[in-house]
Amino acid sequence: MKVGIIRFPGSNCDRDVFHALELAGAEPNYIWWSKRDLSDFEAVVIPGGFSYGDYLRAGAIAAITPVINGIKDCVKEGKPVLGICNGAQILAEVGLVPGVFTENQNAKFICKWTELKVNSSRTPFTSMYKKNEIIRMPIAHAEGRYYTEDLNRLRENDQIVLSFESENPNGSMEAITGVCDEEGLVCAVMPHPERASETILGSDDGLKFFKGMVK
Amino acid sequence: MKYDAEVKISLKKGMLNPEAATIQRALALLDYQVENTSTVDVIKFSIEGQDTGLVKEEVDEMCQRLLCNPVIHDYQIKISPKEE
Repeated sequence: MKVGIIRFPGSNCDRDVFHALELAGAEPNYIWWSKRDLSDFEAVVIPGGFSYGDYLRAGAIAAITPVINGIKDCVKEGKPVLGICNGAQILAEVGLVPGVFTENQNAKFICKWTELKVNSSRTPFTSMYKKNEIIRMPIAHAEGRYYTEDLNRLRENDQIVLSFESENPNGSMEAITGVCDEEGLVCAVMPHPERASETILGSDDGLKFFKGMVK
Repeated sequence: MKYDAEVKISLKKGMLNPEAATIQRALALLDYQVENTSTVDVIKFSIEGQDTGLVKEEVDEMCQRLLCNPVIHDYQIKISPKEE
């Protein structure tokens, strides 16, 4: 499976995602933000980082670049799209997933391993986990506090993908830290599955995110 | 004609503002007891346009498309003829 990894000025998890995708058996390719046509790719990952220096709001400037129109076409064609950390913030800014990821409650950058519950296994990325399975993946963000005005709708449509278990480090609404669109093909998660893709990293719990996308 | 535009962006009422909370705690460290601290972002630029109304419409569009996130922000726009 040919998977595009979107790069913006300030992306910094692109090579980690490349490696994790290779481990999962995909054929990853880097895509620069100015590319409009993504028809060559069967899936897209927006990796973490600090696109455009997080100026204005995290993800706000990346959200208006030409590659986003290419991603919107991918979504229309039913191709899976995953946004990780800054990628999740970008997908929320674009409006491809509901809500926002905004400043952490304690106003700090939080970098730590977290326990997470897989609330929904209907997305390609979570299809290899059991519903309500507890997994470990790290977070690293200053703007990850999830907020939405449509919590009930999210619940009704099974759009809550991941939530923090045992603690809520950034003050997210209902401890939510991963959401998807109504179809379940666009997924935005703050934790980093690529940083938990090999046991040598401390956990390989995240690898199934990429394996599920490829299968 | 040239206009000065000013956009004031604030969090919607009731939204948690960690930056303001931190500032308020810091002021308390200096023994200033203040309440209801909030922060506002201001973006200013000059812009060419036919009249104030049209310029305001254009700036409003900028707010919707980029400058603000309507889920969490309120904004105010001020347009005035450019001071030479």
